[in-house]
This record gives sequence, structure tokens and C-alpha cells, in this order.
Amino acid sequence: MSLLEAVETDRVVGRVNPVAKLLAALVVSVVLLLSIDWVSAGVALGLELLLLPWAGLSARQLLRRTAPLWIAAPMSVVVTVLYGRDDGAVLLQFWWITVTEGSVSLAFAIGLRILAVGIPGIVLLATTDPTDLADGLAQVLRLPSRFVLGGLAGLRLAGLFADDWRQLALARRARGVADARGPVAAARRLAGQAFALLVLSVRRGSKLATAMEAKGFGSDTERTWARPSTVGLRDAVMVVIGVLVAAAAVTAAVLAGTWEFVLA
Amino acid sequence: MTASSGARVDARGWGWRHAGRILPAVSELDLVVEPGERVLLLGASGAGKSTLLAGLAGVLGGDDEGDARGELLVDGRPPAEQRGRVGLVLQDPDSQVVLARVGDDVAFGCENIAVPRDETWRRVDDALDAVGLHLPRSWPTAQLSGGQKQRLALAGALAMRPGLVLLDEPTANLDPEGVVEVRDAVARVAERTGATLVVVEHRVSVWLPVVDRVVVLAAGGGVLADGAPEEVLDRQRGRLTEAGVWVPGVVPEPPVRRRASSRGPLLEAAGLAVGHRGPRGRAVASDIDLLVHDARTLAVTGPNGAGKSTLALTLAGLLAPVSGELRATAELAAGAGAVPVRWRSRELLTRVGTVFQDPEHQFLTPTVRRELAVGPEALGEPAAQVAERVDELLARLRLDHLAGANPFTLSGGEKRRLSVATVLASRPRLLVLDEPTFGQDARTWRELVALLAALVDEGRSVVAVTHDAEFVAALADEEVVLERPAVVGQAR
Amino acid sequence: MSVSVSANEAQPDRQDRPAASGSPKSQGSQGSQKSPRPSRRWRVVDIVVASVIGVACGVVFWAWGLAWEPLSNLLAFTPGLSGLLSGGWLFAGVLGGLIIRKPGAAVYTEVMAAVVSMLIGTQWGFSTLIWGVVEGLGAELVFAAFLYSSFRLHVALLAGAGAGVAVALLDTSFSSIAATALEFKVVYGISAVVSGVVLAGLLSWLAARGLARTGALSRFASGRSAEARV
Repeated sequence: MSLLEAVETDRVVGRVNPVAKLLAALVVSVVLLLSIDWVSAGVALGLELLLLPWAGLSARQLLRRTAPLWIAAPMSVVVTVLYGRDDGAVLLQFWWITVTEGSVSLAFAIGLRILAVGIPGIVLLATTDPTDLADGLAQVLRLPSRFVLGGLAGLRLAGLFADDWRQLALARRARGVADARGPVAAARRLAGQAFALLVLSVRRGSKLATAMEAKGFGSDTERTWARPSTVGLRDAVMVVIGVLVAAAAVTAAVLAGTWEFVLA
Repeated sequence: MTASSGARVDARGWGWRHAGRILPAVSELDLVVEPGERVLLLGASGAGKSTLLAGLAGVLGGDDEGDARGELLVDGRPPAEQRGRVGLVLQDPDSQVVLARVGDDVAFGCENIAVPRDETWRRVDDALDAVGLHLPRSWPTAQLSGGQKQRLALAGALAMRPGLVLLDEPTANLDPEGVVEVRDAVARVAERTGATLVVVEHRVSVWLPVVDRVVVLAAGGGVLADGAPEEVLDRQRGRLTEAGVWVPGVVPEPPVRRRASSRGPLLEAAGLAVGHRGPRGRAVASDIDLLVHDARTLAVTGPNGAGKSTLALTLAGLLAPVSGELRATAELAAGAGAVPVRWRSRELLTRVGTVFQDPEHQFLTPTVRRELAVGPEALGEPAAQVAERVDELLARLRLDHLAGANPFTLSGGEKRRLSVATVLASRPRLLVLDEPTFGQDARTWRELVALLAALVDEGRSVVAVTHDAEFVAALADEEVVLERPAVVGQAR
Repeated sequence: MSVSVSANEAQPDRQDRPAASGSPKSQGSQGSQKSPRPSRRWRVVDIVVASVIGVACGVVFWAWGLAWEPLSNLLAFTPGLSGLLSGGWLFAGVLGGLIIRKPGAAVYTEVMAAVVSMLIGTQWGFSTLIWGVVEGLGAELVFAAFLYSSFRLHVALLAGAGAGVAVALLDTSFSSIAATALEFKVVYGISAVVSGVVLAGLLSWLAARGLARTGALSRFASGRSAEARV
């Protein structure tokens, strides 16, 4: 899938260790998820948008990759306006739909938060190559190499899914079972296709595992790394930026009095 | 490339039974392979060849995966203790690629056996050179052809500097060009490194120049024959041909034909351009003019990438043409309209049957019997009729003993027969087959050719996309050669 | 000794047909009665297949995420009912746990699926990863409670319920559902658990059993005990 491939970029962000990018995005997301208020989300979003030019993506690539956000945010806003927690003056009442001042401001906050939480992850990961990320996770964070590389190998197999899916769909047409006959039949057909894909993938995975073992993978010997994954100043700066964005968002919200711990 | 000393193989009464199976895959095997020997391993399907190779590579699994008996040693020690001493190349090119870039994939083995970084990259370059894969290290592995992927797997094994190189049907899923590429790469490797070589293949003539010893495994256990290639092939000619090995010098008998008279063309293609995404997509082959005649066999040939499979799928009414015209005559269409891709799925069933390159893509149900019943049931036939039809097909294609088995558990040849049987269940006028003899041994090949000949004699029509020159010689009445990018023409 | 080829077609070298063509395997037909205690250590094939299952489920999660918007609006006459859809994101963990049968399988597979659906692009961004971990834990705790020794239908259903409880707690605290009134939260919680049991528990159990029958799981205990245990 083209969305899984990294974007080649000359900018500095392409040379930052993927682990640093991951940590920065994670810090921002976790902090923002702790409260639903428009100040923290808005400040974070504003800062992220300011930093976008350094992300290494062209405007077109950016829009394409963040597309799900631009669809999801407005829809969530609508849903929250109609069904959100009610507070303050009632603006509209219909059955159990109550639109109040509170629900409107909540909706606004939710919409901003979706964007503020979604953008860093998508943008930073867009310039990350999965193999480099795996190297980083295993060498820098010292996660067990068997799991990291085994996971990476499984991820690569996903590249064959699209072709398989197409063949499976064509085969069903050839076998006479592809005529649309209502949503239930369509759902069953899709489920059957998904199951067939699962079977093919598990078999391929088993064969790949054998091939990897034949190359010495999975034993207890300490392995060496052909591609070094190093951390330096650039990476520290990346993490610091993430922390600063998160801190700014929290501070602004606390100062404005809108910060609300979700669990409270 | 520095030579690695060849490894010595010792098997003494070795046997292995997979967990969950009743009979052992290999039993009582006594075999010695001297360092530097190059062995071709033959035997019927089920004789335990793959199991032996897996055992030598140390990947059979632990106690919870099966029982071992006797001894199997490489250089006097169990293989599992010597990772990196044995290299293994398997049959499926797609299931051996581990990483996304060529250099990384070759370096993988070295990393696992703790070779220092600089030495690793030196070995990577050496290995890529030895197999003849002259690509930059950052080349994406997803863009490699089948032959290139197999050579990549070989390079990955080589980079570990193994003493024993094992190859389990490495060329089974490749086109003729790829087969020769891989064979040449292996020959080069054997020469440069002096490693011991064990190859399992049924295409004997391809590998004869490379090997100096042939070992035939017996189905019940043990070694059936062992010695110099010409000798063994000569003495065991009958048995080997029975077992499905392509013994050089044994020419397959052409089937006896009793032609039906042709009632005219079934499909007409004029200026046809085919591609995967229909009218909006790119064409992989264009300017195709051909006629598919009733009761005749049309073979579509050409190099890899010329668009043969895409053409087959388009003729079968599964893909929309990119441009040009594909018309079904009234003879074939029988009232359903002249454009095959617009026919409903059930209309397609009785007019065109398609057998895919990979039979597994077609399996829909959990048992063979139900698989055969899918077509007739989709047509709404009464249950008694369906059952009769299914029994008839099971008998005709020798699948009766497998009626209750899950289609995925069948052997390669059985799966191929099943996919042809499912297509026949709805009695289509035209059969389109995509690489029907791919990866099949000689026995299945003969059966398939005989079956298709009988079908054409009965009055059906066959279009076969194939690399197999012998298949074309045995069956085809007409041939269309696709060249990149335009087609040359139709030859009778 | 003649090469009896037809008999050997029934014992193909490369294909993994479970020996259920006749005799019940688990009744030690050839001294296999002693099934050694399965080790808890993950083999390479466990890791790769768990990853593949995770990735496959991740793609389904992504597609489900796309379908969630219109579907949840269909159920929007009572907002909490969108919880019925949450099972669509929970089955990776249960499926992984049923197939691999080792400690951590449910968490690993669910996290893998979450990462993949996140990479392809969802509106929920990084929170998908966090949700994945907690959902996986929900199923994992159930498998652990049964000491990773029983994987029958009721365990699968309970694991699905466990994941449902996990996602209900998360969503009603942190996601946009947290912004709704209490009664909707309760409805959400209950429908999430129901969805977990049906979509994550039952479907996964059926899928695991179907997979075992195709012989794709011949290297796993779940593939070999297809008749006895599952």
C-alpha cells in the first residue's frame, strides 16, 4: 500500500531517528488525551501547524495522508453537538437530542483535538521507513529483536494483500458467486474473502518463518546490526519539541481555566 | 570470494514423524554426502525429500513438532547447533524475502550469526555478485521478478558462507528464463565456494550439468538408488517416470485425438488492449487481434511481463478491456449479450470457466465435495442432479478418496485437478487456464494434457496461457505470441 | 520395493493434511499420547504468524474504521449503541490468543493490528495504539485466568467480553463518548461488551477453527488439536 511507504525527503526530519519521532508524537497525543477542552487542543494544533513546513511533506502529500482527519473531525463535531453532555443554556430540543451551549463548545473541543492528536502521528510517520523504525526500536529502545524483526517481516507480507484480494475477488466472479444479492449476501462474501486472505497469509507467514530460521534467526546468539541506529542532538531536539508543544498546551489550558482531567 | 570448506552429511537410520500425523515422513535413512559433492535428490511426492532438507537445515522444530529417530549430522554435529553452516533456499519466491531492500535482505543472515558490520557488507556485495544480481543495495525487493527473488534468497544464504547449500525445488515457480538464471547462479556458486550441494527438483535435465551424483529416495523409507547421474537415470527410468520425474530423453507421448468439427469462433478480439484497471488504467499489452474457435485449443505465449495473464483474465470476462473490442459471438453468448465483462457471474459460469494460476485463490468451501457443488448450486440445479454431477467429477478426476478433505490440504497436483474439476462442474463452453502446468511434475502434466485433449475432443474450447513449450506442442491448435508491448500475430 | 505413487498422494510431502482422515489423532495412534508440555517461549513461527494475523486484522480494522462513521450514524438514534460496533476492533487479540496460545499473544496481535490500522491512516491517530494495548490486555487477562491451557468456545467468548469491557472503560473516559451524558455511557458500555462477545469472541473462535481445518496451522498446537480441544 502506497500509504505505508515512506516519503523521501531531503529535510532534516528525514534524518531524525524514528524512535525520537515516535516519542515526540506519543508525548503530544497522550497529554492531549487527558482532557477535552478547546484551549489545550487549539494551542497544540496551532503549534503543530506552525511546525508543518519542517515536516518534509509537500502540501499535496500532506493533504492526502491527513485526509481521514478532515473527514472525521467535522462528523464528530456534528455528533457531539447533538448528543454531547449538556451544559448551560439550551439552544435546541428535539426527542432526546439537546443542543446546548455546553455541547457546542465540547464539540468544538473534540474537533480540534482530533486534528491535534492525529496530525503529529501521521506526519512524522510519513517520513519514516519501517525498517529504520524497527532498527531503532531494537537498538535504541532495546526491545527484543526477535519480536521487532518478526513483526517487521509480517508487516512486509501485507504488501501482497492487495494483489491477493484482487485475485480472490476475480475468482469469486469466475465461480459464479459474485452477483450482488443484498447486504447480507455481500457481507458473507466479504467475510469469506477475508478468511481466504487470512489462510493464504498464515501459510505464507509460516513459510517465511522457516526461511528466517534457516538464516539463523531466532537463536540465542547476540546478533549484530548491519544498519546502525544512532541517537544524537537532532533526536533530542525532536523529543524536546514534542514535550514543549505538550507543555504549552497544558499550561495554556490550566491558565485559561479550561483544563479538565477527563477522569475527574 | 573465499572458499568455505564443504560440509559432510551423515544420516544414520534417521527418521522424522511430524506431530499430528500417523506415518513418519522419513524413516530408516542411511546416507553419506562427502564434502564438495553435488547431489540431486529425487523421489516420489511423499518420499520425504523436503523433510530431509528441513532436517539438514535444522528447521524441523523441537520436540513439540515431531519425533526424530536415529542421527542426522552435518560435520559430525546436529544442524541446529550450527546456524550459518547450512543455507536453505525454498520453492516460493515470495515467502523468502524478509526485508524491503535488497542489501538488507542479504545482510539478514550475517546479522543473525553475529558477523561484524563491515564484514557483513563486504559479504553482501560478494554474494550479490556471485548470484549475478547486479542491483544497488537500496533496490526494493518488492520490485524483483520471481527469478530475481530466488537469486536473492540464494545470495542471502551465501552471505553466511555455508558449507552446505540446500535447494528445495528452487525453480518450480519460475518461468524458463528464471529457471536458467537460478541454475547458472547455483553452478557459479558451487564452483567458487566448493560447498556441498543438495538439490531437490523434478526438472532433471536442467540440473544435470551441475550435479555429479543422483540419490533417489524410496517412498516407504530408505534409499532406492544412489550413484552417477547417467547410471541411476538409466536403471531407474521406469520408476522415476512413474513417480513424476522429468527423466531426460523420455518424451511425453502426445495424446490420441479425435477432433470434433468446429462450429465457428466463440470470441473475437479486435485491437484489444488489456490492463488491470479497465478503461482508466494503463495497458500492459495492446493491439491484440485474435479469434477463439470452438473445439480448438489456443495457446498464448510470450515472455514474462508481456501481459499474458491479463489477456487470459480479459478473455474470460473477468477484467474489462482498456480499449479495443472483445466480442462474444452468438455461439458462446447464447443470449447473454456480446460483452463478456458485462455478463453476470452466473451467466459466466456456463459460458467461460477460468482456472487460476494459483488454485488456492479459487477455493471457497471447507470440503472437496462442497467445492465441486458450488457452481451447480449457484445455477440453481436440483440437489439430486448436483450430487450426481459431483460424483461423476470425483470419479473422472480421481478425487473420490478426498471428497471430505479440506481443499487446502491437498497436494499440488491434487489442487490443480480440483480447480479444473470445479470449473467443469458447470459445463462451460470455453475454458481459460492460466499456467496450468506451472510447478507440476511429469505425472500431473501427463494427466492434465490428456484431460484437456479429451475435453477439446468433446467439443469444448480451451485457451491456455503458458510458458511450457512441450504443452503447446502437445495440445495447441493455434498460438498467439505476445511480445512486449504489442502482439505479433496468430499462428496456426 | 516399488514406488507406490498413488498411496503417496495420500501422504503428500509438502502439504499439511491433519491426520483426521480416519483415526482421531489425540488418541495416540502411534505413541503420540505423550504430548510434551508446550513451552511458553515464542518461536519464530509464532512471532511471524502473530504479526501476519495482526497485519491482516489491522487492514480490516482500518476498513471497519472507515465504515464506522456511516454505520454509527445509522445507530445514532440512541448514541450509546455505537458501542455495538466496537467489537470490530477487538477480534485481533482474541484470534491471536486462540491461535498462538502463548502468554502475550493477545496483546501482541492486537497492538500489531492497531499499529497497522494507524499507519494506513485513521482519524484517531496515536490513540489507536494506546487503545490497542488496553484492548489486548482485556483479552489477555482472560486467557491468563485460564492459565493458557483452555481455548474452548467459552474462553473465546469471555476473552471477547474482556476486550469489550476494556474498550468500554477507555471510550467512556477518554474519547468523544466521554462527552455524552451518563445514560448513554451505560448503553455504550453494555453494547461494547455484547459486541465483544459476538464479533470478537465468537467470530474469532470460528475463524481459528476454520484455519485449523485448512491445515494452515500445522506448526501450532491449535492446528493439531483441531478435533480435541477447540
